[in-house]
Amino acid sequence: MSALLEVAGLRKSYPSTGSGRRADRVVLADIDLSIAPHDVVCLIGASGSGKSTLLRCLNLLEPIDDGVITFDGREISDPLVDPRDVRREIGMVFQAYNLFPHLTVLENCLLAPVKVHGMAKAEARDRAEQLLDRFGLGAHASAHPDSLSGGQQQRAALVRALCTRPRLLLLDEITAALDPILVGEVLEIVRAEAAAGMTMILATHEMAFAREVATSVCFLDGGRILEQGPPEQLFTAPREERTREFLARVL
Amino acid sequence: MTDAWAPSARQLERASVERRRRRQRALVAAAVTVVVFAVAIVGTLSSPGWQRVQETFFSWHHMRAALPDIWRAFWKYNVTMFLVAEPLILAVGIAVAVTRHTVSPWLTPLRIVAVAYTDLFRGLPTILVVTLFGLGIPALQLTGVTNSLFWLTLVALVLCYGAYVAEVIRAGIDSVHPTQRASAEALALSRGQAMWHVILPQALRRVVPPLVNDFVSLQKDTALVGVVGVFEALKVASDYGNYHFNYSPMVLAGVFFVVITVPIARLTDWLSARARRREWGRG
Repeated sequence: MSALLEVAGLRKSYPSTGSGRRADRVVLADIDLSIAPHDVVCLIGASGSGKSTLLRCLNLLEPIDDGVITFDGREISDPLVDPRDVRREIGMVFQAYNLFPHLTVLENCLLAPVKVHGMAKAEARDRAEQLLDRFGLGAHASAHPDSLSGGQQQRAALVRALCTRPRLLLLDEITAALDPILVGEVLEIVRAEAAAGMTMILATHEMAFAREVATSVCFLDGGRILEQGPPEQLFTAPREERTREFLARVL
Repeated sequence: MTDAWAPSARQLERASVERRRRRQRALVAAAVTVVVFAVAIVGTLSSPGWQRVQETFFSWHHMRAALPDIWRAFWKYNVTMFLVAEPLILAVGIAVAVTRHTVSPWLTPLRIVAVAYTDLFRGLPTILVVTLFGLGIPALQLTGVTNSLFWLTLVALVLCYGAYVAEVIRAGIDSVHPTQRASAEALALSRGQAMWHVILPQALRRVVPPLVNDFVSLQKDTALVGVVGVFEALKVASDYGNYHFNYSPMVLAGVFFVVITVPIARLTDWLSARARRREWGRG
């Protein structure tokens, strides 16, 4: 099957801050990645290895310094591509939820479907309420995000991303701020979406979960994909010494 | 990380597309700007009454004649008052805003005073307060109270603007997320310490643009002290106008007012951008 998303030779650096003339700080280099529909790709690696930045580059939140990103056969790293066209098709969920605090949970979920996708309000509401019910948030639809628990907020953020029926979901360490029980309720949704065939790329520290749902795991180290393979292979017989060291520390 | 990176052919091509688009945008910006301003200028200059307007309001001769007096008055009153009043206003504004956020039962009377003060001085026309202070207080013939119009009108301005600024700062304090207070109090900081070290610094940074608004407005309103006979720049200029039937010096005074506020705006823009860069790692 042809790839939904393809990354070739992606490079990203930040200008050095502070005084003195130093070289740019390279945060991603030589990233190659191919994702077919229904793939679930887990990015693992230490904090600062570039997982989040990679996800942000994929939906054009960060400008890249080199390389080509292709989504559905179209080069989206072309400066003439309207980033919003790309983001309409790609959902993203952040570590810190990033729900809009001035809107209720339901309003958070209606904003993009109605304003961006031009869905009828009633239709959008039906879909949002259905999803909220399914993920146990039906009772909180009219609550404001700050009054909910972390797990509830993150589930609401997932629903917000799913409401627009994205073709690709980017999940940026969405359970990193949650306790183990809340992690479970959030991952339940991700598991269900994976089973339903959603294409996903997730940066995660949940190795057991990665092993369970991933079709492919990438180990990032110092801004490069050092090793990539099916979870059985990468978790049990990693080729690289660095991967082995990392796994020994986190497992 | 040291790597021998050279941009790929695609990247070079992309960079050149971006350069071309930047050039196009710059061209559009320049063309639109020139056309809009040209139409505005030509429209004004070709109006039937322009000759008269130019003689009355834009006479080079009269501007030059009044320049030294206006310059002196501008520094002596408008600039000096502004420089003295601004820190006082900030202090009043912060004190009032913080007072409204206290919870101690002992401070209830202070809180009532703070609310009443803002309601009163925000609602009163500034020109009335300046007149009351400038003419009313000397008329009381109190001993030990200054009769200096400079100081009396300055206090009037401080009271009026203190009320505005207090509300701006209060809005800033309200906008700081409650988790900030919680985490400050979790470190065992007192409410006062939390306010002073954690909440207020964030609040002030957020309200810099409206604060600058109020200070620019204050700079203009120093002209109000002219109503009680203080010979500040605009008063000097209008005085000249009444003698010579020419109001060009007032336009000149206006230019002074504008010119002095521009550096303030640029400086604060720069300071806020720097603070943002430091906090968020990007500007």
